[in-house]
Amino acid sequence: MEQAVLSAENVSISFGENKILDNVSISLFDGEIVGLLGVSGAGKTTLFNILSGIYIPDSGTVTLNGEDVTGKPGKVSYMLQKDLLFDYMKVIDNVSIPLKLKGMKKKEAREKADPLFKTFGLDGYQYKYPNEMSGGMRQRAALLRTYLASDGVALLDEPFSALDTITKSKMHTWYLDIMSRINLSTIFISHDIGEAVKLSDRVYILSGRPGKIIDEIKIDCPKPRPENFDLSDEFLDYKRRIVKSLHL
Amino acid sequence: MKTDKKNRVVDFIAPVSAIAAILIIWYLCSEKEVVPRYMLPTPGDVLKAFAVNFPVLLNQSVVTLQEAVYGLLIGIVIAFIMAVLMDRFNFVYKAFYPLLVISQTIPTIAIAPLLVLWMGFGMAPKITLVVITTFFPITIGLLDGYRNIDPDAVNLLRSMGAGRMKIFRYVKFPSAVEPFFSSLKVSASYSVVGAVVSEWLGGFEGLGVYMTRVRKAYAFDKMFAVIIFISLVSLILMLIVSIIEKVSMPWKKKTDKLSK
Repeated sequence: MEQAVLSAENVSISFGENKILDNVSISLFDGEIVGLLGVSGAGKTTLFNILSGIYIPDSGTVTLNGEDVTGKPGKVSYMLQKDLLFDYMKVIDNVSIPLKLKGMKKKEAREKADPLFKTFGLDGYQYKYPNEMSGGMRQRAALLRTYLASDGVALLDEPFSALDTITKSKMHTWYLDIMSRINLSTIFISHDIGEAVKLSDRVYILSGRPGKIIDEIKIDCPKPRPENFDLSDEFLDYKRRIVKSLHL
Repeated sequence: MKTDKKNRVVDFIAPVSAIAAILIIWYLCSEKEVVPRYMLPTPGDVLKAFAVNFPVLLNQSVVTLQEAVYGLLIGIVIAFIMAVLMDRFNFVYKAFYPLLVISQTIPTIAIAPLLVLWMGFGMAPKITLVVITTFFPITIGLLDGYRNIDPDAVNLLRSMGAGRMKIFRYVKFPSAVEPFFSSLKVSASYSVVGAVVSEWLGGFEGLGVYMTRVRKAYAFDKMFAVIIFISLVSLILMLIVSIIEKVSMPWKKKTDKLSK
């Protein structure tokens, strides 16, 4: 049986009297894109904070490539909701922060990050400041930073939620393309059922508080997916199933 | 485009006309002897005194500027240490914040004679007074910068394995640069005023000493000339801070350009 690159086993956490997550288990396999859906307040971001080591769960473990990384930040790369690019740094210095945090010199970190700008469609923006870029480009830069921080595994918290519909659609196509090229296994949070079906290989459904995994849906459509996949009956069937699971 | 040009004209005309109005009122009050002319010289008299005494003022300003700059630099260092400690240790914050506020309610004119008494007539009491008046705004500016950071930015760095020092280096310190310069501009003008006030109460040279001397001689045209000179020195210091700010924050220039 294939071993998951990242997994959470029976993770629970409470803040005071409030139980936020109750025995949550999820896994991510090599090269997979996994969507995490759930109503607001279900504990999706809390689960990501546990997976990334920022929070220590009350019980349960997080494993990365077989190593116990529970409560150990710096192991699993994490892209938060906002792009969080620092205005005071050039784009190349922003994206190479994780390399510098690992002890690399500024020049060396820049040299490592530079060739990836072309892959991420950001060529020519290395020495610009973040406020000189569009929303879509900022997200791509944030994803590049996440990629440089990663060891092949990344968590993306609503990576496209701040974008307008047209930019979001373009980013979806770009995202699927780049993921097929860089082999980054990701779990991403979304509020958009269509987005989750379109991008994911599997989708986990998290119930309301306390958060529990109530369904796991495999999106059985090989990648690259047909251009009109999101207009197909198959796509709508998946959406219906998710809506039903979410009790919407 | 037309609106831009119009705005620029308004930007220029508004302050110039306000200054012109004050000068006219001042001239009329002096000319019509609303206040006796020997006590309120006309703007023309002051300008003349300024031109004639410029070399003396320049000479006297060297000492005052030394006191102001040394005091400001020491104030910056103390403010930096205080802000870091207050941000890092909540106990230090709770213990010292009220004291900092209280220290600012004490009128400088009241402590200056005591400082002269304790430290003599040299530079030490002047520099000390400048430090007392300048470090507070800078401390508060830095502290605001350290404390008003986006918690998500901290979480992002923590998820990358950054410790407290790295979080300070990448998030807290850069976030404090802008409020630091805003407060430094205020402190720069305070520093000159602080130095002059302390010189009033004892000393051998400096703009404050010269001011006391001309006041005692009832040479009010010269006194106004000193006041204008002090204002100019403060403005120049603030301008220098603004230039350093622009050089240190190149990303701001880009933002300003984009927002236009």
